[in-house]
Amino acid sequence: MVILQLAIIFAFLGLGEIIVAVTGIPIPSSIMGMLALVLALQFKIVRPRWVSGVSQFLTNNLGFFFIPAGVSLMLYFDVIAQEWLAIVVAAAVSTAIVILVTGRVHQYIRRGLSRSTTTDKNNVGLPAK
Amino acid sequence: MSDFLQSDGLTVLLIALTFIIYVLAQHLYKRTHIPLLNPILITIAAIICLLIAADIPYETYHEGGKYIDFWLKPAVVALGFPLYKQLSAIRKQLIPIIAAELAGCVAGVVSVVLIARFLGASDAVVASLAAKSVTTPIAIEVTKAVGGIPPLAAAVVICVGIFGGMSGFQIMRMSGVRSPMAGALSMGTAAHAIGTTMAIESGGARYGAWASLGLTLNGLLTALLTPLILSIL
Repeated sequence: MVILQLAIIFAFLGLGEIIVAVTGIPIPSSIMGMLALVLALQFKIVRPRWVSGVSQFLTNNLGFFFIPAGVSLMLYFDVIAQEWLAIVVAAAVSTAIVILVTGRVHQYIRRGLSRSTTTDKNNVGLPAK
Repeated sequence: MSDFLQSDGLTVLLIALTFIIYVLAQHLYKRTHIPLLNPILITIAAIICLLIAADIPYETYHEGGKYIDFWLKPAVVALGFPLYKQLSAIRKQLIPIIAAELAGCVAGVVSVVLIARFLGASDAVVASLAAKSVTTPIAIEVTKAVGGIPPLAAAVVICVGIFGGMSGFQIMRMSGVRSPMAGALSMGTAAHAIGTTMAIESGGARYGAWASLGLTLNGLLTALLTPLILSIL
C-alpha cells in the first residue's frame, strides 16, 4: 500500500517534470505535480485513500527534509556577513506587510459580501459603520 | 580511524546524527515551546557547528544529505492532498480567500524585493528573498527558478516563520486584523508551517485549517507569480 501511494506521488512528480520540460515555463516541476494531483483528486481520477497515508507522512515531516539545504548555508557565510542588514530588515518588514494586507483584504471583502447578502435577503442589513 | 573518515561510514554517521539531533530537538521544543528553539533551526545549527569543529567539508555531508533533499520534491507534490481536502472550504468563500491570498502574495514579493534593493542587496540575495513567506521546499524550488541562493532562502524562510509566529498576533492587533479567520489565514500566508503551528496553539485546529490553507495557496501563488513579478520589477 505504501508502494502504491509512493508510485502515485512520484507519477505526478514525473508528470510535472514532463510538463515543465515540454512547455519550458519557469515553474517548479513539483508545483505542477501538486496542481495535477489536486485536479486528479477533484475529478475522482485518484481516490483520496490512494495517497492519504504517504501524503500525511511527507507533509507532516516537511521540516526534516530541508535540513541538508539549511546546512549548506555554511557555504554562504560571507554573503550573509556582507548583506545581513538588508536581509533582516527586508524580511521582517515584508512579513508584517503580508500579515496586514492578507488579513485586511480578507476581512474587508468578507464583511462587504455578508453585508450585501444580508440586505438582499431580509432588507434589514447591518448597521452602517 | 583515518580509513573510516575516508569511507562511506562517515557519511552514514552524519545522516544518523541528523536524525538523532532532530528527534532530540523536537523533544526539547515540545517541552519548552520557545519559538527560537525551533527543531529545524537547532538541528541545522548543530550540524554546521559539528562540521566546522570536526573540519569536515560540506561536500562530505552532502553525499548523504542529498538522499534527504531528494524527498523535498515529492513532499511538495503531497501538499496537493491537504489542498484538495480544503477545496470545499475555499468554495464557500472563494472571493475573499483568493483576493486576500493574491494581495498578500504580491505585497510580500514586491515589498521584500524593493526594500532589499533599496538597502543595497545584491541580485542573488534579492532573488533569494523573493519567496521568503512560503514553506521551505517551495521556496527552495522558486529560488532555483529565479537564480537565487537556495540555502540562503531556506534559512531566511525559517527565520521569517519564527519571526511571524512570535510577533504575528502583535502585528495583527496593530494593523486592525480582528477576525480570527482572517488572522489565521494571514498567519499561514506570511509565516507558513511555523505560523500554522502558532495558530493551532492559540485558536485550535479550526484556525490551523485556515492557516494551512494560507500556507498552501501562498506557496502555489508565489511559485506561479514570482518569476513574473521579478521580471517586471
